Parts: sequence; structure tokens; C-alpha cells
Amino acid sequence: MAQRGIREFDAKRLLARFLPEYLNEFSYKGDLALVGPETDLEEMTSNHPWLKTARLAVKPDQLFGKRGKHGLVLLDANWDQAKKYLEENMGAEVAVGGITGRLSHFLVESFIPHEEELYVAISSEGDGDNIYFSMQGGVNVEDNWDKIVHFHIDVLAGMDGVDIRSRLPEGLGEKSTAIENFVKALWRFYAETGFSYLEINPFTFHNGIIVPLDMVAKLDDAEEYWQRKRWAGLTFPEPFGRSLSKEELFIKDIDSKTGASLKLTILNPEGRIWTMVAGGGASVIYADTICDLGFAREMANYGEYSGDPNTEETYYYTKTILDLMTRHKDPRGKVLLIGGAIANFTDVAKTFKGVVMALEEYQHKLQEAGVKIYVRRGGPHYEQGLKLMRDLGKKLGVPIEVYGPETHMTRIVPLALEGASQ
Amino acid sequence: MSKTTSKDYVLFDINTKAFVYGYQTNAIQRMLDFDYICNRPAPSISAIINPSRAGIHKAFWGSKEITLPMYRTISLAAKAYPQADVMVNFASHRSAYETTMEALAEKSIRIVAVIAEGVPERQSRIMSATARKQGKIILGPATVGGMTAGAFRIGNTAGTIENIIASKLYRPGCVGFVSKSGGMLNEAFNIISRNSDGIYEGVAIGGDRNPGSTMLDHILRYEANPAIKMVACLGELGGEDEYKIIKALKDGRISKPLVAWVTGTCSPFLPASVQFGHAGAKADSHKETAQAKNDAFREAGAYVPTSFDGYGDEIRKVYEMLLAKGVVSKFVEPEVPKIPMDYGLALASGDIRKPTTFICTVSDDSGDEVLYAGKKLSSVLEDKMGIGGVIGLLWFKKELPNYAAGFIELVLQIVADHGPAVSGAHNAIVASCAGKDLVSSLCSGLLTIGPRFGGAIDDAAREFKHAKEAGMMPEQFVNEMKKKGINIPGIGHKIKSVKNPDKRVQLLISYARANFPSTKLLNYALQVEELTTAKKGNLILNVDGCIGILFLDLMSSCGAFSKAEIDEVVRLGYLNGLFALGRSIGLIGHILDQKRLGSRLYRHPTEDIAYMMPSSEDIKCKR
Repeated sequence: MAQRGIREFDAKRLLARFLPEYLNEFSYKGDLALVGPETDLEEMTSNHPWLKTARLAVKPDQLFGKRGKHGLVLLDANWDQAKKYLEENMGAEVAVGGITGRLSHFLVESFIPHEEELYVAISSEGDGDNIYFSMQGGVNVEDNWDKIVHFHIDVLAGMDGVDIRSRLPEGLGEKSTAIENFVKALWRFYAETGFSYLEINPFTFHNGIIVPLDMVAKLDDAEEYWQRKRWAGLTFPEPFGRSLSKEELFIKDIDSKTGASLKLTILNPEGRIWTMVAGGGASVIYADTICDLGFAREMANYGEYSGDPNTEETYYYTKTILDLMTRHKDPRGKVLLIGGAIANFTDVAKTFKGVVMALEEYQHKLQEAGVKIYVRRGGPHYEQGLKLMRDLGKKLGVPIEVYGPETHMTRIVPLALEGASQ
Repeated sequence: MSKTTSKDYVLFDINTKAFVYGYQTNAIQRMLDFDYICNRPAPSISAIINPSRAGIHKAFWGSKEITLPMYRTISLAAKAYPQADVMVNFASHRSAYETTMEALAEKSIRIVAVIAEGVPERQSRIMSATARKQGKIILGPATVGGMTAGAFRIGNTAGTIENIIASKLYRPGCVGFVSKSGGMLNEAFNIISRNSDGIYEGVAIGGDRNPGSTMLDHILRYEANPAIKMVACLGELGGEDEYKIIKALKDGRISKPLVAWVTGTCSPFLPASVQFGHAGAKADSHKETAQAKNDAFREAGAYVPTSFDGYGDEIRKVYEMLLAKGVVSKFVEPEVPKIPMDYGLALASGDIRKPTTFICTVSDDSGDEVLYAGKKLSSVLEDKMGIGGVIGLLWFKKELPNYAAGFIELVLQIVADHGPAVSGAHNAIVASCAGKDLVSSLCSGLLTIGPRFGGAIDDAAREFKHAKEAGMMPEQFVNEMKKKGINIPGIGHKIKSVKNPDKRVQLLISYARANFPSTKLLNYALQVEELTTAKKGNLILNVDGCIGILFLDLMSSCGAFSKAEIDEVVRLGYLNGLFALGRSIGLIGHILDQKRLGSRLYRHPTEDIAYMMPSSEDIKCKR
């Protein structure tokens, strides 16, 4: 549960569809098309006939900004030019802000010739929301930060009593009323559609109507239950440059089907230090300790399991990690840290049963890869759980050191790494 | 409202009374067990709020059972128990907001702990701002809660009773602790108890971006509380909460020694897109990184280890310094109280055993899927075993051959109904007309099944089996029964006769002849019938007799039953079950029929009753 970025396509779609509920005069049509790797361009033109008649703008739609500066935006094109651009750039590798990834999604929309570039953004903090407005929008808005007007909207009082009009820049002239109404409606739309961040930079007036040119938005995914109608058809894409591996997808799939939590990120598949830590808080601390001790480059994965997963789920989770860590051989051997804090209600014996099953299955591969295992855990039935691990150590032919709550939670990290550094 | 202490810095004390919202029986018991080992004078839970049921809940107080009242709404509970000022809110993320707002609207409720994960940020912010405006406190959302040692725990805070005893949480120490992570609370209690005299109070504010109360809120309470001598906190990358604490350190609002650590020092080494376990754990700027926060803490005079590994050492250092200064002193440990082991846990761990009251060999619902005589329900369906096959499993614990299952189904169809005039249907109809419900009316009909109506299947089977096995010739059997003055069960019908044969009997016989390996007992019974019908035309082998006799033929010829098993079937009266089961189908039909027709109360016509009263002479007592 967190703030998640959405595609510009979806942000504009939501705006076009729902802002008019708060602002009658908002008549932006939202002529938008999203092109993915599987999209049939011919079929798309039959669903969106405007593509063949309008002047078009095409840009990547993958949660990264500064697309213009990277020369990735096609402006004022006809359909044939847009098509050619899409065919050339689909799948192309680009580097943006130090992250390299492949282009896979593009937004195609009507091209709006404009001169005026206005800026509006809304963000949320503890006691309210902040609205920022500027007449000097566009790519250089940050250079003109002193020109920005800031409104604070109290979380309880809302828009009541907030004077927008008198604080808008004088230069707006007769557009002041339109801007005032737009800002007020936009905030209500923002608050009632589950947004946690929204930026339209720039927007402009085209034939007297407000049109968003570039949009960035994040939603609070915890609102899904309340927003299921408005959010219908919406997806949360992975951040740019990050495509999930088969194993990460597998764990994500298990995670989506259970009340427990199972997370896995592979950092360095050839790393020698693998972790399997219970709990969101503890997993960060184990990773911290590995880094604090100077082994960040050897850290192979980050992840956690929590919320009382059943035996089958811990079995698959462990198996996935064991499979990954025994693929690449390293003459110095490898380390698996099975760590965790003292659980509140997760049954340690039950979760370890699944871990043991997987370890038994990988006995030979673990031996071949020279894996050493360090265990530390507490909580309900931890004595039985730790005994399972100790007994396993005796018969597996893989060294397993087992510790309980009497040993500091992260002590197994230096213990393991001293071994690993030799 | 009236608390023993009115000091603002106290969240909970030994007299704190709370409501638990949500019927969380484990958490409720855990709270009561904690109360008990703390030697609290009375349980900390005033009432449970359960929107789906009012009444009482039974729980343990030590080894004694007590009841807790249960209300449907927060306002009813608050009215009944104005001294309760805490609500532990276990409502799901979908209803956490509205229930918390409802609790805040009650004057007497001062503290709400919101356990649910995944509460939307806007809802959290409204809850938090509302509480602040009223001078109330919210813990959470997304937290296990918190506890004051020796006084009160929220729900599952501090885990099992063994853990509470190991971390000495049944009596107060001198350390005030606050963290974001609820999952790390137990671990912190453990670390603190190993490196000092233990926890005074520990709170997890929850890992969300906008928690109802901040770490600083709690640290300032610890600062104000004279019983707390040192403070420990565990922060997290992301957000600027820790800087509020650092500012308070710098401007002197915090004077007690503070041990601090901010987790997430690994984040610069991970790809930017990795979301840590908590929703709030994401650094959007350098200032929000764990490194920057730890450095700022250090600079402001907090005790900061070089990694989490040294957190306990840092606590020990500060505690020993306070001991040396005489700020804290060692005390005599109180006796460790005992809590009786929970029966279920003891059983699961193998520490105790108890003879069971029942044995069941028929079905098993204790696994993932129900078993019929050991066979999974899904395979029963895959194998298309049908009702006959299911009866084979549940009554006889056998996978019967198809023709045997088919015979059972044939019997059920044949006995399913026989019109409204027979005893069972009549009774059921009368009951239905009297306005009784379906099940009562069905029972009324079923209760007529016995020796004279439908219940002759077992008797017939028994008598014919006995006669055949004793080697009696049919004549001998008929004479013997006559001598005893007993009508042969399974022989005779009110209206059917040789000239008006019972079609049902014919159907059964032809099925058996076509499918059974042998029909020896039937052949014997037909010889008996020849003799009885020679005396009187209606003394035919009736449907009950035919079913009983054919069932014996089936069992002895199909190879699935031993002789002892067949004897048992007859002795225990299995076969009347076939009639009761089959006829229930028809009875239910009749009952529903009357209801559908809107029939009125049935009264038997008086002209159909011969009233014959005894004379006054007859009833006089003769001395």
C-alpha cells in the first residue's frame, strides 16, 4: 500500500472523464490513445478515428519525465509520421536519468499549438493539501519558483474559506475566473479520485478552453476499494527500467493471492549474500546491516515475508531463492541469512516447515554451491521452529547455525560475513 | 472521564479501561492474560463492540472464566462504560475510518488504536487532524499498537505470553520506546530488556505516511513522565518526522537521553524503485535518507550506533550511565506470575493429552476438503458415485459396485412417495396445515415410521434371514409364525393382492433378477408368499419385505460384505433408514404443497368419529 505513479494516459483519461462533474465548462475531450508492444495500429485507428485527421503529439508514457529534453517527443505530426515514429521507437533502449530501459508504451494525443504555458500541481502532507499555481509553467518552472502561488487546503476545512481569486497573479486578466474555478474543481477531483500527487505542466487555453498538455500523477493505491468505479481499467506500471524477472513475477503472483505478504527484488543474481527475512521492518534492518558492514555489492536480493504465510507459501518462497542462489558458482561460497525479529503472531514452526522442505529438496545443489546458512528468529512456537532447523543441519550436510531471541537480531550478519570475507 | 490519573502524558495505567472493536477473540484473551500477569485488580476490557451481535463473550481470567459484555455500536458501549477511554479498533481497512471517527465523537473515548493496514492516506489525515483538534490520541493505522509495562497492552502487542515474560513486560522499567514499525516492537522490547531494566512504555505509530500520532508526540510524553528516565526510538527513511525530534532535542524540549536509529541505510545501494515494507518508507530527497537522519540525530546529541547491530549496546551504555549517576536504581524483581497454558496450544505442542468423547469413522471435515469414508468429496463427484454411492460410503463405508448403488437409488425412488393418505404423509400434511415449519412437519411424518408403517424392512429381513439360515422349509416357517401368533413381517398389504399386484415389488424383483449375482432369499420368500396367498389374496410379499430381502441377497452375493457385517446391518436396523430417507422426499413435497396451497388448519370431521363415552356407572371407582 503506497503512492503509485500512473500513466499520463490514465491521468488525462480520469481528468477528461471526471473533472466535468465538478466543472461544467471543462470541455477537454481527452482524445487519447495508448500504444503498447501488442497494439495493432490499424485497429487503433478504427477505434480512434481522430488519429487520421488531427495533428498529433506522441511521447513515451512510462513514468519518467524530461521527455522533451531527451528528444523523445514527436510534435505536430500526421498519422503516417506518428506511425513511423512508433514503429521505430517501440522497444528501443534509452537512458533517462541514469536508468536504462526499453520504450514500451506511448501516448498519442491531439497536438495543441500554444504559447501560454501555465502550471498547477497538488500534493498532500499531514495536515492538508498544497496547491501550486504559476503563469510561468513549462520545462523551466523550477527556475521561476518565486513566481509560484501557493495555497494550503486544510484537511478538515477543505476549500471553504480559501481565497483563491485575490491571490492569483494579476497578469491573468479576464482568465482569472476560469483559473479560479478550474483550481477549485481540480482540487475536489483530486481529493475524491484517490490522488496523492498531481501535476499539470503545462496547461494552456486553446480556443478558450483549458487543455492539459503534460500530466504527472500518483494515486494512493489504498483507495482502490472506494475508487473501483473511477479506476476501472487502470493499471500501475512498473517504474521505467525495471522489468520483473520470471522469479520476481512468480513471487508477486503468490503475493497477490494470499492475505500474507511475500516480496522479492533481485539486486545482483551473482551476489553471494542472500536473505530470507520475515517482516517489513526487520528485512530493511538486515539489508542495512549488510550495507553498513560494507557488503552492499555482494547483496543478492531484498525481500520479506510476513503476515503468517502458510507452509506452502514459505516453501515456494524459499525454493525460488534457493534456485536463484545455486545457479552461479562462486569459489568463495555463498551465505543464506534466514532472519527475523520476534514475531507477534506469525507461527514460526509452521513457516519454517515450508523452508525446511525446500532446503531438503535443494540439498545437493546447496552442497555444490558451498552455501552456509544462518538462522535467527523468535515468536510463537519459535523453539520448535529452531529445533527443526538444527535437526535439519545435522542431516543435510550443509552448515546451519541457529540462533533465537537471546542473540541480537542482526548478529548473524557479521557472523556470516566474517565467514564470507575469508 | 474519571481516570485515576488525569495527567496528559499517561496513555495507560493499571486502571485503564478499553473497548475492543471487532470480535477478535485471540487478541481479547491476550489482553486479559496480560492484565492477569500484571496483577491488575480487574480486566482492562470493559466491553467488546461487535456490529453483528450483542450479548456476552466468555473468556479466561487466569484459570477462571468471566464474561465480557458485547454491544453492537460504539455509542451504546460508551454510554454503558463512560470510564473506558481507549478503543482498540480492529475494524478492517474498509471500515477503520468511519469507526474511528465514530469513537472520536464520543466524549469519553480519548485514545483510539487503529490496527488495520491499507487505510487511505486522506482518511488517515482526517482522523489525525480530528483527534488533534479534540486533544485526543490516535495510534496507527497499520500498527500492532503499544503497551505500558505492568499496566495495559493493546491487542497483540508484545506477542505471546512467553515473550512478555522473557522481556519482563509484566512490570515497569525506565525506558520509553517508540517506533514506526509494529513488527519491530517485540524485538525492541527484547533488546531493551536485555540491556536495561526494561520498558516503561512502548508504542508503534504505524508505517503509513500519515500516522495519527507522531514519534515526537510520544517522546514528549516520555519527557514529561517522571517514571521514564531514558528514551529509545527507531525511525525509518522517508518523511521528515525524525527532524521534528531532532529540533526538539536541539531546542531543549527533550532533555532525557535519547537512543536513536533510523533504518533504511541500505537504500542508496538499492534501485530507486524498491518499495520497502512500509508505505511511508521511501526517501524523496537526500534529507529523507536514513544516513542523513542518523547524522542529524548524532549531531543533535542523541546516542546513535553505527549500525542496528549496536543498538542494544548503545542502550546499555546509557542505562549504565544513569545507574552510575543514581538517576535509576536497581530494584528487586517481582515474582514472575504464571498464566495457565492455553488448552489448544498445549494440545498442539504435545504437552497434554485428553481422551476424546466421540469417535467418527464416517466423514472428516478437519482437512482442506471433506472426506466421505476417507474419499475426497471431489473424487466422489469425479467418479460420479451418485446418491447410491454416497450412501454406500457414509452408511456402509464401502465403495459399492455400480449395480448395488443403482439398487439403493431404485429403492429410494420407489419409496419416495405413496400418496397423501398413508400415515406419514397424512401426519405431515396435518402438521403443515397447523402452520408448523418444514422441519417440524417432516419430523411429524417421519415419527409414524415404525412396525406398522414403512418400518417392516428390517424385521422382514431379520425373520426371513433367520428362517432360511435355520434351514426351515417355507411351510415350517409359516406354521412357526402362526403358532407364535405373529404376522410375518414383509407379508401382507392393505389393498394390494395377487390379483392387484404391487407394481413396486415387480420393479424391484426384475432389477434384482437382472443384476444380482444371486437372489436366494428372494426365491425363498416367494415360496413363502405362495403359501400365504393361498390362504388370503392380500398376503403378498409387500414392498418393505421385498426391499429387506433383496438387500440381504445383495449383500451376501456382491462380495463386499462379510457375514458378520451382514448380521450387523440387520441387527442395527440400517434398512429402515432407506425408507425414512426415501419417504422424506415425498413428505417434503406434501408439506410444501399444503403451504403453497395456503391450506387452513385441518380439523377432522366430527361425523367421522364415533363418540362412545363410558356411562357414569363405568367410571365410578369400585371399592
